[in-house]
Amino acid sequence: MLRPMQVAPSETPALNNYSPEVRQQLFAYVLQLADTSLILGHRLSEWCGHGPILEQDLAMANIALDLLGETRSLFQYAAELEGQGRTEDDLAFLRLATEYRNPLLVEQPNGDFAATIVRQFLFDTFHYHCLVELHKSPDAQLAAIAEKAVKEAAYHLKWSSEWMIRLGDGTAESRQRLDKALATLWRYSGELTTPTATEQALQAAGIIPDYAALRPAMDAHVAHVFGEATVPVPQGVFMMTGGKEGRHSEHLGYILAELQYMQRTYPGLKW
Amino acid sequence: MTQSEWPLWEVFIRSKQGLDHKHVGSLHAADATMAIQNARDVYTRRLEGVSIWVVESKHVHASNPDDAAAFFDPANDKVYRHPTFYEVPDSIKHM
Repeated sequence: MLRPMQVAPSETPALNNYSPEVRQQLFAYVLQLADTSLILGHRLSEWCGHGPILEQDLAMANIALDLLGETRSLFQYAAELEGQGRTEDDLAFLRLATEYRNPLLVEQPNGDFAATIVRQFLFDTFHYHCLVELHKSPDAQLAAIAEKAVKEAAYHLKWSSEWMIRLGDGTAESRQRLDKALATLWRYSGELTTPTATEQALQAAGIIPDYAALRPAMDAHVAHVFGEATVPVPQGVFMMTGGKEGRHSEHLGYILAELQYMQRTYPGLKW
Repeated sequence: MTQSEWPLWEVFIRSKQGLDHKHVGSLHAADATMAIQNARDVYTRRLEGVSIWVVESKHVHASNPDDAAAFFDPANDKVYRHPTFYEVPDSIKHM
């Protein structure tokens, strides 16, 4: 079971204002955000004790904990939106792989440090810019979650951006590892800003940000960091999608096997 | 992994209550920007600080422990150097 949260959960928003349809869409969207933070947080936590140096081991554990904190708020809100009596733990630990809605990027393996940095940088760039706008959402709960998370995401983006620059403009070996990671992972970046039908509906309703409007700032940041890193921004890469609709790579099943083991083996176990 | 170690940095943190930066430890980093980020991740996880200084350890020049007797013992019996013969007004803080 997830441990008690430090921050006080914000008061229940006026959920009754939503039509059943919008409420269902919002539930799906919040779950997607929660799954995304959960899976990436879990991936980063796999580095704990294996980081290249102590300082970066801690940095990755810190980011993993930030993401798990965000995911708790989101799962709690999702459970409330669903209103079927499922708890945050039920949602986090007791669903099937095809029911998870995280984008493919975040379930990709850690690989070497460069692969972890590229995955993190691509996610952070989207995460940060999305949270800045989500903070202005008319949905009070989403806005409150975004307000807390955006400060953390700002640091994550700073961290991964600095590492992109150092790996790209570092040694021959770091550059070669960064190029290899980009060749593998860039294809998963497009899904982040490709809205699903659910996201399109919520965008049209003005509840979540229009991803097309995020792109100029995101692209500018990517161009700046890649410029500093002396790495050309990949062009014309076919973008993989499907994770946000439950079509996952083989990796997710293995993550869930580890993540869900305890609750599947000892249902309701608390610690 | 590279064969060569990153340089060592000394970390100074100013806490919320404190007025001055205090030495809290050291860490490895490739440059100053990374050293500050690492310090943030290693030394400010529990709300310890509001400001961070880092300085490369090689730039810190220390007194020699062998000189301790000559350096510090002579001050032992010079009680008249302590400003203990004055009353400090209540409005003076941080003395």
